[in-house]
Amino acid sequence: MDRFLEISQLSVAFPKAPVPVLREIDLQIARGEYVSVIGHSGCGKSTLLNVIAGLLPATAGGVVLEGREIAGPGPDRAVVFQNHSLLPWLTCYENVKLAVDQTLSKAMSRAERHDWVLENLALVRMTQAKDKRPSEISGGMKQRIGIARALSMKPKVLLLDEPFGALDALTRAHLQDQVMEIHASRGTTVVMITHDVDEAVLLSDRIVMLTNGPNARIGEILEVDLPRPRDRLALAADPRFVAARTSVLEFLHARHANPALAAA
Amino acid sequence: MNMLAPKPAAAPAAISTPEPFAALPRASRLRPILAQVLPPLLVVLALVALWQFAASGPNATLPPPTKVWADARDLITDPFFDNGGLDKGLFWHLLASLQRVALGFALAAVAGILVGLLIGTSDFAMRGLDPIFQVLRTVPPLAWLPLSLAAFREAQPSAIFVIFITSIWPIIINTAVGVRNVPQDYRNVAAVIRLRGPAFFWKIVLPAAAPYIFTGLKIGIGLSWLAIIAAEMLIGGVGIGFFIWDAWNSSNLSDIIVALTYVGLVGFALDRIVALAGRFATRGTSAS
Repeated sequence: MDRFLEISQLSVAFPKAPVPVLREIDLQIARGEYVSVIGHSGCGKSTLLNVIAGLLPATAGGVVLEGREIAGPGPDRAVVFQNHSLLPWLTCYENVKLAVDQTLSKAMSRAERHDWVLENLALVRMTQAKDKRPSEISGGMKQRIGIARALSMKPKVLLLDEPFGALDALTRAHLQDQVMEIHASRGTTVVMITHDVDEAVLLSDRIVMLTNGPNARIGEILEVDLPRPRDRLALAADPRFVAARTSVLEFLHARHANPALAAA
Repeated sequence: MNMLAPKPAAAPAAISTPEPFAALPRASRLRPILAQVLPPLLVVLALVALWQFAASGPNATLPPPTKVWADARDLITDPFFDNGGLDKGLFWHLLASLQRVALGFALAAVAGILVGLLIGTSDFAMRGLDPIFQVLRTVPPLAWLPLSLAAFREAQPSAIFVIFITSIWPIIINTAVGVRNVPQDYRNVAAVIRLRGPAFFWKIVLPAAAPYIFTGLKIGIGLSWLAIIAAEMLIGGVGIGFFIWDAWNSSNLSDIIVALTYVGLVGFALDRIVALAGRFATRGTSAS
């Protein structure tokens, strides 16, 4: 297997906690693969993503991207944050432009960077709102700008941290379709954190299921061998989709039920 | 076109309503303005009436509005006269005070923002300077005046120093808080795109702290205006503070009342100007 992104023996402990959040995580991700990480809230999925992003240090073990151990954050692992994290004083265009200017100023001329920003805004269909500020657009539009900003850095890996969690169901479905299209057209490797089973099955090549934290481990990895492009309507009744969905649900609710909910 | 149309023709046209939406916005545009203007206008009228009533008795110590108008009519209607010396219109006194405030406040803004940024970014500076600032900021403005007179040996720089020292504390403290409160989200974004050093400071820290900085400036300008009036009473010369003190010494109570009104209006205007500047400079930031 192509070891494009390799997580080996990764443990993460926070200074004052007696038990590590994540323990001995091993995961290999191939180039162009779409991998989802799913688990109950508090299981450490966002921690895992932050370690891959370099925003959090690993306590033991590490992450290797294309043969290089990652140390600290960088544009080769662009993050789409859960709460979009756009800079409110910049317009949508300027938010993307800042990332492009900062990461691609050596590779592109000024005019090329301008065109590249517009191309990425067009990719998420936000050209018409490029001069608006984040406070003037809807939550779904903000998240699309966040995706455009991340993609504009030409990342090797795109990290999505519950990108659609705060959106309504219709907007979410629309954005999921767009992300599938982008994944198909750009071929970017994607690691997505989610707690939505349908979303994980629809988008992913593999679903990594984490056990409950603290001390969370990889409980199971499910291969989703549905052909691409995928269509949510056609898949809804597809037995392979239903089987994959059932197997994730079974993991989450029968074998690793949320301890917090069980206690309540 | 307009001139050819006879005036009465306009009325039937409005009644037949070829454009039914034309009348609607006009009514709804006027109403909110009235709703804004009418209540304060009525309250002011009521207060003036109360004042007239309270100050009209034989034992009244303060002049009623009618007497203020009679005594100080030329002061109210012509703020621009200049008879040499201190006998000038209120405009000139206010101008002199505003010049002092402008200079002292500008110095305080520059120094305050710089020191605030330093304290906000450096833990050592924060720990070392914050306790000192917390003590110094409670010193009343006028308590600085004797010291500054001794140091500068002149009225003008002393007054400016009092403005400076009064308004700098809220600017420093708010700027430092703003820098410390740059959200982790923005720091993460900056980390991912490797924005560091001066670029990180200019593109992330300063815009994120701007609303706090303007809060500090707004408090600072209010304190400056409070301090200058009191300081001018003591240092003398041209200035609205000394004008009030001078009027008290010559028992011109009506002049004092007129001057107080102007002081209040100018203070209000200063506050609005800084608030507007802040809203312009931080557009979008506070709204998210």
